[in-house]
Formats: sequence, C-alpha cells, structure tokens
Amino acid sequence: MTQQDASEETEVDFDVIVVGAGIAGCVAAYQLARQGRSVVLIERGEAPGSKNLSGGVLYCRGMQEVFPDFLDEAPVERRITRNYINFLNAQSSVGIDYKDARLVEPVNAVTVLRAKLDPWLAEKCEEAGVFIMPSVRVDRVLTQDGATGRRVVGVRAGEDELRAHVVVAADGVNSFIAQEVGLRARQPLNHLATGVKCVVNLPRETIEARFNLTGQEGAAFAVVGDCTESVGGGGFMYTNTDSISVGVVLRLDDLIAKDKVATEVFDHFLSHPFIAPYLEGGEVVEYGCHLVAEGGMAMVGEIAMDGLVIVGDAAGLTLNTGLTVRGMDLAVASAVAAAVGIGSALDHKDTSKVGLAGYGEAFFASSAGQDMKTYARAPGFLEVERMYKDYGELIGNVLYGVFNLDDKPREHLLKVALKAFKRSPLKIRHLISDGFAGGRAL
Amino acid sequence: MKSLSVPELLAKNRFELDEEESHIEVNQELVKATGCGRAMVACCPAHVYTQEADGTISVEYAACLECGTCLAVAAPGALKWHYPRGGFGIQFREG
Repeated sequence: MTQQDASEETEVDFDVIVVGAGIAGCVAAYQLARQGRSVVLIERGEAPGSKNLSGGVLYCRGMQEVFPDFLDEAPVERRITRNYINFLNAQSSVGIDYKDARLVEPVNAVTVLRAKLDPWLAEKCEEAGVFIMPSVRVDRVLTQDGATGRRVVGVRAGEDELRAHVVVAADGVNSFIAQEVGLRARQPLNHLATGVKCVVNLPRETIEARFNLTGQEGAAFAVVGDCTESVGGGGFMYTNTDSISVGVVLRLDDLIAKDKVATEVFDHFLSHPFIAPYLEGGEVVEYGCHLVAEGGMAMVGEIAMDGLVIVGDAAGLTLNTGLTVRGMDLAVASAVAAAVGIGSALDHKDTSKVGLAGYGEAFFASSAGQDMKTYARAPGFLEVERMYKDYGELIGNVLYGVFNLDDKPREHLLKVALKAFKRSPLKIRHLISDGFAGGRAL
Repeated sequence: MKSLSVPELLAKNRFELDEEESHIEVNQELVKATGCGRAMVACCPAHVYTQEADGTISVEYAACLECGTCLAVAAPGALKWHYPRGGFGIQFREG
C-alpha cells in the first residue's frame, strides 16, 4: 500500500462497528469475532430482535454453515415440508399443493419469529466476544477526508462517538446510513412493497390438523389474486409451532394506483372465505409491518466504500421470484461474505473501498449472490398486471367448466378452455409473451 | 376469527412510548402542494396519519410500527421521519 490508510493511523475503539442486530448484523458480528476481531454490535431496540419482523420463512442452509447446530439449538418454529401455491379468486381457489419427503431431510427452510430468533443469534455473538449495545440509536456516521476521498471512521449516537476501522451498516431496509453516505438513492415505488402481518395463536394440534402436518412439519402458503384485491403482491400464511403468521405484501406503486387502503386489503385477505377457516378460533397476539425491497438486483448498488460495507436488507438484498420470497438467507450470505472481505482488509491494513472489495467478490460468487443475478428479471415480470387477476380467474373458470355438471352436455377440455379464454381479457399474445418472459425471468 | 380494527390490532403490541419526542414531522405545505397526504394515509399499516377536515395531516406517532412505508410514498421533503430514540417505540415479542 503506497498511501497509509487514514483509519489505520487514528485510535479506534473497535476493529469493527456493526449497526443493527438483525440477521445480517448478528452473523457479520459473529463471524468477525470468531476471527479474533474486536466487534461492537449496536442495536436501537431494547434488546436484539425487538425491532425486527419478517414474513417468516428462512431458507436455512447458509445459517447452518455458520451455526452447525442451528436446527437443534436455535428457536426455530417449523420445518417447511409443504409449499402451497394458490391462485385465489373471489369465488374460486386453484392451487398447487407441493409436499415432498425430500424437503424433510436435509431441512431446507424453517419458519421463524424474529423476536425469538434474533436474541439467540445475539447470544451467540456475545459468547464469541461481541460487545452488544442495546437501546442505542446510531444517528449518523463519522466521516473524514482520506487518501481516496471521504471515508467512514465511526458512528455517532447522541453525545457518544465510536471509532472503528470498518463500519457495517446492517440497519435494515430503510438504511439511513446507506442513504447518508450516498450508497442508496431514493427508490421508485415499484421497487418497494409494504408487508402487513399478524401472528395468530392456535393450539399446535389445531394447526397440524388444519394444515395436514405432523411433528415439526410446517406449511408455507403463497397466495395471489383476489386476496390482495388484485394489487401487485400477494398473501402469505406460514405455520409456526403454535401460531400462524399471516398477511399481505403490497407493491406501493400499485396500491396507490388502485387507490386501495393497505389495512383494508389486509383485512380482506384474513376474512376471505378460503383463508378465514384456517384462522378460526385463533387469537391475534401481534400486529406488525415491514417495508420490503422488491427491486431485486436493480436495487443493489455499491455495497462498499472507504471504511464501510452494507449488508442484508440495507443493501437491498431481497429476492422475490414469485414462488420463493427470500431475504433472510441473503442477509446471512452477505454477512458471511462481508466478514471475509473485512477480515482480509484488516489483515492487509487497507480498509478502503478497494481493500474491502473481497466482500462483493465473495458475495457474488456465493450461490445467493448468483441467484440475485439469475433472477434479475423477476421483478419486472412480477409487475405484469395479469398475474394478479386474470390468470387465476381463467384457470378457475376452466375448472368450473369441467367440474360443474349442470344439465348441459359436457364439452372436451380444450373447448372449455378456449371458451373461458375468450371470455377472459387475456389474449394469445399475453400467454406467449408472459410465458416467454416468465421462462426467462424465473 | 373476528376481524379486528387497526386500534384493536395495535393494542396487542407492546410499545415503549417516548413521551418527550415525536420521531415524525409533517411539512404541511409540501404535503398539500404535492398531494401526497392521501398516499400516506392509505399506505400506513398503523393508521398513524389522518387527513383532517382542513386538509392538514395529523400524526399519531405513538402507533408507529417503524416500517418506513410513509417515507417511501411521501414527496421528498414532505416528511421528516427517523427512528425513535434508542429503546423507544414498538418492541416486538413475536416478530
């Protein structure tokens, strides 16, 4: 290194400051502490997890690489063995019920409740030597002019300043840090959705009977169509051990364009005649919401600058492929990659953007990072209006023609389908273009 | 399951209310000029915002679930919204 890195000369309080004790923050802090770095993890909630909310499904292989005993030790809810994909119309429901013994072992996905999971992660961090500061809100980052421009040298919280070689912004989808340093521009509304969710308590036997599960098995329902009153997005229902996480995710541009009220759509979904029976007799124990980054790869910009990296939701790392909705596994992958990049930067005493480049390289080389690129076209495809109304109704009408044995003679399936298709606003060119785009995007 | 109103849903949560400081500030002129109040009212899952008869937007910051949706739909500069001070605001028990 020709020019001495600015942060290496000044006194630091820690090697690394991690802002935000969610999944990305905790995993990054844990990995860095295990490298022997001094790490502080700052969390604005009373305790880790108290500000954190997710829909509920964690694809857990990456987490198991970090914590080999994750499935046995961590407070996870159920192991997803049943995925139900549902076109829900006002009067009809058509679904694909996918259950697979191969999803039982090895476990692929689990449901989690973050206020329970994240304290466990933070405990692991503490055991590894991370210093945790709860109830502290970081107000801004400290910067100074360095050899290669403005560099981040620490954070300010109220009157207190803390300095480190590297700051990890794991401060969630609203990342004020990423915005402050200019790594995240204001996002267009078609890149953002609001997730509205409640947790409904039910006895575990009731859940197992209603969702056709035994033991630790769990179900994940992904629903599109009338459930959101045709607003782009969808509904979800995930089984926990003795509760159900249920709610909707609504793309903000479409919610506004259709002049709908988010809470009314949420209520419409929960009281839909095909959803309500699952929740009958349950008691709402919590209500929450979360902004969801839906832009996929298009939202991910620079993820490092001199003295700073951003990870997880803060970096825009979420992926909606229509069938799987991912965020937490990407948070894990980015945190693991960040720890690799930061470790190498600290070893080489170069925590500039160039020195930290190992993070981006490691992330985009990981399977999660490659998936971000593979599915780069998915968000555009999922903005196609027809997904949320017309296709579900078409399939429902074809099946109605097949199963409704009224007094008229039957017609061959192809004829029934063509008739339903003619009545639908869909055109042949839609089927072709959507089929082609879907094949390429998903 | 009986359908619950937003206040009834919020009553299920635990909040640590910051009585001294609101974390939300509305620029009424800008909201009026840009017409973004309607979207703020419609999109907020906690019904923090209400449009009053005179067209101004009133704020019930104590109900805020801290998702940031309002900031995303508000016109730039129309809303000052940051997180509550450390330890205050929503404290999820389920998440």
